[in-house]
Amino acid sequence: MIAEAGLAALWLATAFAIAQLMLGAAAARAVDPVVLLPGVRRIALVQALFALLAFLILIWLFVTSDMSVLLVAENSHSQKPMLYKVAGAWGNHEGSMLLWVTVLAVAGAGVALFERRLVAETLSATLAAQAAIAIGFYAFLAFASNPFARLNPAPADGQGLNPLLQDPGLAFHPPTLYLGYVGLSVAFSFAVAALLMRDVGPAFAKAMRPWVLAAWIFLTIGITAGSYWAYYELGWGGWWFWDPVENASLMPWLAATALLHSVNVLATRDGLRAWTLMLAVVAFSMSMVGTFLVRSGILVSVHAFAVDPTRGSFLLALLGLYIGGALALFGARVGTVTQGATFQLVSREAALVLNNLLLSVILGVVLIGTLYPLVAQAMGVQLSIGAPFFEKTAVPIALFLVAGTAAGPLLRWRKDSAQALLSRLTIPVAITGVTFALFFAMTGFASPIAVLVLALAFGLAAASIAPLWKRKLRRTPLPIYGMVVAHLGIAVSLAGMAADTLFKQERLAAVAIGDNLAVGPFKVTLAEVRPTVGPNWSAMEARLQVQRGAGAPFELLPQQRFFANPPTNTSETAIATLWDGQVYTVLGASDASGRWQLRLWWKPFVTLIWAGGGLIALGGMLSLLGRVLRGRRDARAQEEWA
Amino acid sequence: MKAKHQRLTLALLAVAAILGAALLALSALKDQAAFFYAPGDVAGRPLPVGKAVRLGGMVEKGSLVRAQDGVSIAFKVTDGKDVVPVRFRGVTPDLFREGSGVVAEGQFQPDGSFTADNLLAKHDERYMPPQMAGKMHKSESLEQ
Repeated sequence: MIAEAGLAALWLATAFAIAQLMLGAAAARAVDPVVLLPGVRRIALVQALFALLAFLILIWLFVTSDMSVLLVAENSHSQKPMLYKVAGAWGNHEGSMLLWVTVLAVAGAGVALFERRLVAETLSATLAAQAAIAIGFYAFLAFASNPFARLNPAPADGQGLNPLLQDPGLAFHPPTLYLGYVGLSVAFSFAVAALLMRDVGPAFAKAMRPWVLAAWIFLTIGITAGSYWAYYELGWGGWWFWDPVENASLMPWLAATALLHSVNVLATRDGLRAWTLMLAVVAFSMSMVGTFLVRSGILVSVHAFAVDPTRGSFLLALLGLYIGGALALFGARVGTVTQGATFQLVSREAALVLNNLLLSVILGVVLIGTLYPLVAQAMGVQLSIGAPFFEKTAVPIALFLVAGTAAGPLLRWRKDSAQALLSRLTIPVAITGVTFALFFAMTGFASPIAVLVLALAFGLAAASIAPLWKRKLRRTPLPIYGMVVAHLGIAVSLAGMAADTLFKQERLAAVAIGDNLAVGPFKVTLAEVRPTVGPNWSAMEARLQVQRGAGAPFELLPQQRFFANPPTNTSETAIATLWDGQVYTVLGASDASGRWQLRLWWKPFVTLIWAGGGLIALGGMLSLLGRVLRGRRDARAQEEWA
Repeated sequence: MKAKHQRLTLALLAVAAILGAALLALSALKDQAAFFYAPGDVAGRPLPVGKAVRLGGMVEKGSLVRAQDGVSIAFKVTDGKDVVPVRFRGVTPDLFREGSGVVAEGQFQPDGSFTADNLLAKHDERYMPPQMAGKMHKSESLEQ
C-alpha cells in the first residue's frame, strides 16, 4: 500500500501545481494581487510538501527493501549497508528524477515562503512559472518514469546497486548538485515573470540575486565534490575527464557564474537588463539540457542508468517547450525592456561584460564539444570528443578570463582610467612575471600552458586580495569579502591543477611481496596482500608501507573488491593526504609468478584543486549572508519608516 | 557613449563572441574528434596514424601475451574477419579478457599496429556504452 500512497502523493502534488499555475496567473493579472498572493504562497508550500512526501516514501521503500516495487528490486539488495539503501533511492533513473522535481517544488516553496522584496504581481507570475515547469516534470514521472511501479511476483531479493555508486560520495553528491541545478529554475521563473510583467530593474535584480547565489553555491559544491569522487573512485588519477556528464554540470555553472556577475550590474548600476534576463533563461536551460543528456539514456556512463527511447523523446519535448517558450517570450518582449544606464569602455561594468562574454564563449565550446558526438552519431558517424578538444578551446579562453578576474574588481563603476588600472595591477603583474620565469626555469618546455596557469594563479591571488587594500576591514561589506574569497579560491584551484600537471610523478610496475618502488620522494614497499571482507563485498588488500626519506613510515591499503550483487570487481584506491600533496595508490591484478601490479602517483599540491572549489563556495556563502542580512535590515528600516 | 550605440556595441560583441566560439570549436573538432574504428574499417586502407582514435572489437582468443615487466600486454582485436595487433601498458580493466569485448583508446602506428593509452572493457549489460553495443553486435554477428 505504501508505494500506492507515494504515487498518490505525486498526483496530489501535480494537482496543487496546476492550481498554483492557475491561481498564480490570475493573481498576476488581478487588479489587487495582494488578495490572492497568500493563497498562491500556501499552495506552493503544500505542493512541495506532497513532493517531499512522495520522495520520503520512496526512501522508506528502499530502506525496508520492499522487493514488490520494481525500482527497489532492480536497484537494491537487502544485504546492502543502510547508507546505500537510502542513497540507492536516488542512484537510479526514476528516483533521481523524483529527487529532481522534489527540489524543484521545494525551491518554489522557498520563494513562496521567503521572498518579500518582489512586487506582488511579479512574485505571483514567478510562482506560476515555477509551477508550469513542475507540471511537465510530474507528467514525465507519471507517464514515463513511475518510481512506484509494482513488480508481480516480487523476487526474493533485488539485483543490487552498481558498486561504483556504493560510496559515501554518492549519498551527498547528487542531492547537492540537484539543489544547484534545479535551484536555477528560480532564476528562470523570475526572468519569465519579469518579462511577462515588464518589471526589470535594480529592485528585481536585488530580489533575484540571493536565489541565484544559493543555487550557484550548491552547484559549486556539487561539482567540486563530484570531481573528488571521480578522482578517488575511478582510480585513474585524474580529477576532470571532460565526460559529457561532467560537462552537463559544468555548463549550468558557467551560465550561473555569468548570471551572478551580470545581476550585480543590474542591481548596482541598472545596466545589462536584457542580457541578465537572457542569462537567467540560459542557465536553467543548460540544467535541463544536462538533465536530458544524463537522463534520456542518450549517453551511457555511471550516471546514466537505462536506455528507453520514450524517455528521451519525452524529455526532449519538455526541453523544447520550456526553452523554446522562454526564448520566444524573450524575443517578443525584449523590445519593451528599456535601456538601462550606460558606462564607459574602461569601467567595472565593461569588465563584467568581458567576464560574461568569455564565460559564454567557454559555455559555447563546451556545449558544441558535448553535443557534436550526438549529432554525428545521428548522421551515422561514431566519434568521441575528449580532453584534447577542450584543452585546445576552453582552456586558452579561460586564461583570458583569469586575467580579467584579476583586473575587474580593481576597476571603478561607470568610468575609470586605463592608466590607473595598470598602476593598481603593477604588483600582480610583477608576481605573475617572476613566478612564470621561476617555474619555467624549473620545468622547461614540458607544459608551458601549465606554467602560465600557475603564474597567473599567483598573480590572481595577489590581485584578488587587493580590493581590501586600504579599506577599513571591519566596515567592509560581507559581499566584498565574498568576492575576495571566491576569486582567491579560483587562484588556489588553478594552482592545484597546474601543480598536478607539472609535478605529478607516476610509477607502474608489477612487484613481488617485500619489494619496493620509488615514486617522487617516496619509497613504497609491498608488505603483504591479504584477503578481507566488508558488509557486502570481499577483497584482496595490499598493505603498502610508504616512507619519505628518513621520515616516519605510514601504511596505505588499496584493495581489489569483489561485489556479489551485482557481480562486479572494483579497485579501491588508497590515498594519503600530506600537507604538500597526496600519495595515490591503486592495486592491480596479480600474475602467475605472484607479482602484483601497483600504480602509484605522487601528486604535489593536488588537494588545492578542491580546497579552491571550497573557497569559491565559501565566498558565495559570505556574499549570500551579506545580501540576506542587508535585505532584512532594509525591510526593517522600511517598516519603521512606514 | 549613447544608449542606443552601447546596446548595438554589446549585441555586436555578443555575436562576435558566438562566432569566435563556433570557429574555434570547429577548427579544434577537425583535429581532435576521436573516430571509432573496427578492424575491418582500416584493413587495406590508409591508417589515421598519430591521431587519437578508438578501436573496438573482441580480444582474439589465444592472442593475449603478457610481457616480463608484468604491466605491458599485447593482444589482437578482431571483428571476426580482420585483425589489429594492440599494445598496452597499464592496469587492465577488471572485465578485460580474451574472447570479450574491448574498446582501445590510442593511436595507430605506421606498421599497422595500435598503441593503446586506455582500455575500456565490456561492463555488465546495463552499463555498456552504445558505441560499443553497436560495434560488438556487428563483430558477434560476423563471427557466426
